[in-house]
Amino acid sequence: MVSHELTATPLMSRVWQRHTLAQKLSRLSLWLLIGVAVLLSLSSISVIWEFLWDAPEQMADMGSRMWPLDFPYYPATVHAALLETFHIATLGTLFSMVLALPLAILAAHNITPHAGLNLFAKTMLVASRSVNSLVWALLFVAVFGPGPLAGTVAIACRSVGFVGKLLGEALEEVPRGSIEALKAAGATQGSQILYGYWPAVKPAFWSIMLLRWDINVRESSVLGLVGAGGLGMAMNAAIDLFQWDRVAVILLTIFAVVVIGEVVITYFRRKLI
Amino acid sequence: MSVVLSIQGLTKAYKPGVPVLKGIDLDFDERGLTAIIGSSGTGKSTLVRIINRLVDPGDGTIVFKGEDLSRIHGRQLRELRRRIGMVFQEYNLVERLSVMENLLCGRLGYLSPLKAWLRRFPQEDIEHAYQLLDVIGLSNFANQRADSLSGGQRQRVGIARALMQRPELLLADEPTSSLDPKTSVEIMELLKSQGEDNKIPVLVNMHDVELAKRFADRIVGMTGGRVVFDGLPSRLTDDHLKLIYGGEGWLQ
Repeated sequence: MVSHELTATPLMSRVWQRHTLAQKLSRLSLWLLIGVAVLLSLSSISVIWEFLWDAPEQMADMGSRMWPLDFPYYPATVHAALLETFHIATLGTLFSMVLALPLAILAAHNITPHAGLNLFAKTMLVASRSVNSLVWALLFVAVFGPGPLAGTVAIACRSVGFVGKLLGEALEEVPRGSIEALKAAGATQGSQILYGYWPAVKPAFWSIMLLRWDINVRESSVLGLVGAGGLGMAMNAAIDLFQWDRVAVILLTIFAVVVIGEVVITYFRRKLI
Repeated sequence: MSVVLSIQGLTKAYKPGVPVLKGIDLDFDERGLTAIIGSSGTGKSTLVRIINRLVDPGDGTIVFKGEDLSRIHGRQLRELRRRIGMVFQEYNLVERLSVMENLLCGRLGYLSPLKAWLRRFPQEDIEHAYQLLDVIGLSNFANQRADSLSGGQRQRVGIARALMQRPELLLADEPTSSLDPKTSVEIMELLKSQGEDNKIPVLVNMHDVELAKRFADRIVGMTGGRVVFDGLPSRLTDDHLKLIYGGEGWLQ
């Protein structure tokens, strides 16, 4: 009988272990490594301890300077700057869309079966992403002078990499079957893209664009710190003049915009998919 | 009857030294449904896909209406493909487009991408599409999205899309393998009747021997990349089936 065979095996030998000894050792050394890394980085950021102990007091002080908020400042300056921020974000997103579409098609190896072109497109997309929006803005302020144009181009340049990468990946995941059927009907590459690939990636595309627009509204609200227009410019001026009650109004505006944007975008994304 | 499609000495190897097709010689007349049977991996699919060049051939020639299509490419290849309709096992519809748009996909070879994008199809094509919807019994589904259809309905749309091309030859790569027995019979009936009505040869590649015997005018049996039986369904015996599929236990 089966039960006899089971009891024949001594119970002691059936110890179950989640990790082998080697695994235990490697896990322990990994934890040690993380601990050492944390200690090393703490020692290298050179904390000024006097300032750190002082911080709660300073925070309270800043809070008291922010209160009461200078609400009349909103219609006077902030509103126009907010609109400018929206324009920078929206135009920048649209420009990035125009630039990202061809790059995404070149980067998707199922549409462009050419390793050289894939590499070229992917390099462009990585280059766009490797530079932060603020750095792009610094560059374009130097080129176009301070103002919203520099901000718009900076937003566009940073977004191309994001949109192009995600869209290219979406294109690569389009089922091969439907494309094969269009090919078998004698459709040109252009028709295959418009009739086969585009319907398949359309929800992903709009979802990516909405997400990027959302990010761009937040990013363009700080671009003004380097002179590229929008809310950040107003904030920079207020900080330089120690007008903390005005800084508070701007921070509150950014917060409100992000929350409202989140609600609106969630609504549209649900409708689209 | 004249020969529409003539395949001579066709070979194919996806990996060097591992041939999938080892010299196929087949001629197809201008009428009739030919069933190609054989176990999985014998190169049935490869053979059908080579005919419209979804797969590139190795050696040999494939002459379609007097034109060797084994080495053409680019525009010439696209123009050839327009004349050959194809039906797939997994239907291969564009899921997020409507049934009507999927049918019109069959005309993409005749339209510039821009016109296709703007849905500027000739009135003639749209009427043809409505006629075909009547034929396949989906007249009320024109504006429904393809992903809302059942398997059998999808396959009928797939057949209608191929017929939209007004093809001179209809290929079907395991059109019934994903369907239930009843729907399979309906699909085979549709393929057979449409082949006869449009006076075009139909090549169907399939697993189901009984279905093949019931609908085919001619059966081609393949094993190991070679044709081992070619003739009328009535002449297909158990001995042939043993040769095609190997073993005999399954025949009982």
